[in-house]
Amino acid sequence: MGAYELSLVTLVGINVILALSLNLITGFCGQISLGHAAFYGTGAYACALISQAGLPFYAGLAVGGLVAGAVGLVVGLASLRVRHDFLAITTMGVGFLFLGIVRQQEPLGGEIGLTIAAGHGLGGLGFALFVAALAAATVWFSLYVKRSWMGFSFDAVADDEDTARLVGIDVARYKLTAFALGTALAGVAGGLYTQYSGIIVPDAFGFVVSITILAMVVVGGIGSTFGVLGATVVLTLLPLVFQFIDDYKLLLYGGLLFIVMRFFPGGLAELLRRARPARRSP
Amino acid sequence: MLRLERLSCGYGPMRVVHGLDLDVGAGEVVALVGANGAGKSSTLMAIAGHVEVQDGAVRFEGRDLAAALPHRRVAAGIALVPEGRRLFADLSVRENLLIGGYARPRERTPANQETVLALMPRLAERLEQRAGSLSGGEQQMLAIGRALMAEPKLLLVDELSLGLMPKNVDLCYEAIAELKRRGLAILLVEQNTQKAFAVADRVSVLESGRPVWTGTAAEAREHPALIEAYLGLATATDPPS
Repeated sequence: MGAYELSLVTLVGINVILALSLNLITGFCGQISLGHAAFYGTGAYACALISQAGLPFYAGLAVGGLVAGAVGLVVGLASLRVRHDFLAITTMGVGFLFLGIVRQQEPLGGEIGLTIAAGHGLGGLGFALFVAALAAATVWFSLYVKRSWMGFSFDAVADDEDTARLVGIDVARYKLTAFALGTALAGVAGGLYTQYSGIIVPDAFGFVVSITILAMVVVGGIGSTFGVLGATVVLTLLPLVFQFIDDYKLLLYGGLLFIVMRFFPGGLAELLRRARPARRSP
Repeated sequence: MLRLERLSCGYGPMRVVHGLDLDVGAGEVVALVGANGAGKSSTLMAIAGHVEVQDGAVRFEGRDLAAALPHRRVAAGIALVPEGRRLFADLSVRENLLIGGYARPRERTPANQETVLALMPRLAERLEQRAGSLSGGEQQMLAIGRALMAEPKLLLVDELSLGLMPKNVDLCYEAIAELKRRGLAILLVEQNTQKAFAVADRVSVLESGRPVWTGTAAEAREHPALIEAYLGLATATDPPS
């Protein structure tokens, strides 16, 4: 496998972790977030700073995840006060706030960004396999959560949080858990991205990135682990394999979001579910 | 089991219920009746922790739960059958029951489900069906069953007969009578006074958030004009006796 193919595998792996992290918050627990790139960026910057401090790559990943999860927990508190479109606007604000802060901070490199001081030392193949293993672990974790009592309670909160409260579910606890877990995973993805690209700039974590992640979740099927996995692989590779698409990325993602929400809101997962019984029928 | 002491509750600056005293013992059904807007449902929601208690106490087995969070009250043994059923429409009957048992140890769920299905055999035939596709009567049964999964000692039931066919109302009240026989304390909010008084031991009438009459269900049945007057059903020429 050449260096280009390895970089594709790595990028797909990072995006799978990132998209599934948002799926945990939005798909499982029903909490809309339009600022997910801020947590991705938080992990990326934390990892870069750890690298510049001379600490190992794995420490950077762990710190990136923890810092992003802690920030996510704080943002999750907003979800206890606001819902639906108000929460969407609040999280969008968090995304802009992150960019505003990062751009003005000299220790974070301002507009120029940060470069990593020490690499991961795994080599191209080793790093690609490491990212792929983490992506596979995230898929497993996602499936495990969905089948657990936590996933079941997320379902109830997503379906109707007032009713969930009526039957005695601690809604606040589950919302905060979803935000903390989802944003921590996004932070880990950010840490991996830092090592992948070697340099990070604020624009890599802007609103467009938040929408891109959301498009992967929506196109795959909100709440479906395998649907989101499939959509992430396709939407990551399309602009890379067909270079001309890269120029129309926003148009593509915006159009896909519109078409999916209008015609099949369950995304790829719903289309596959519909297709399955049709195949069995005589 | 439940003692409301001078309970006042409401929404922000608005007070809906003013100084309500009420007792519900084990194996007892108390009917809380009143005209629309009298504060009956708000009282139930305040006991369950979903409406702010502004003054007074909600004592349950001697402990004041006025400041406790809703899930702590469910864990203590208070379950609510809300007005309009409020089921998880997209989830199956089995999943709705499972969620009802959230506050209890998982290993007790199968036994609790069996108890519920024995009381409501119709649900057993519909276990994998979407809750939203059930008939009104079946939905109300499921709402009761879901509350029972929490192993309550006190059941709060809001508008049991609302929107149901008479046959289904009878079925639901049969279930309530059976739960009473099993020793459950039940506080019932109901517009259908005839049905409520038939199963209740005591009756409390609320008017504009204030308790105006309390007595036994037998007394309430003997003086329907008095109750009707408080419910706003009496005509000007038909004053309360």
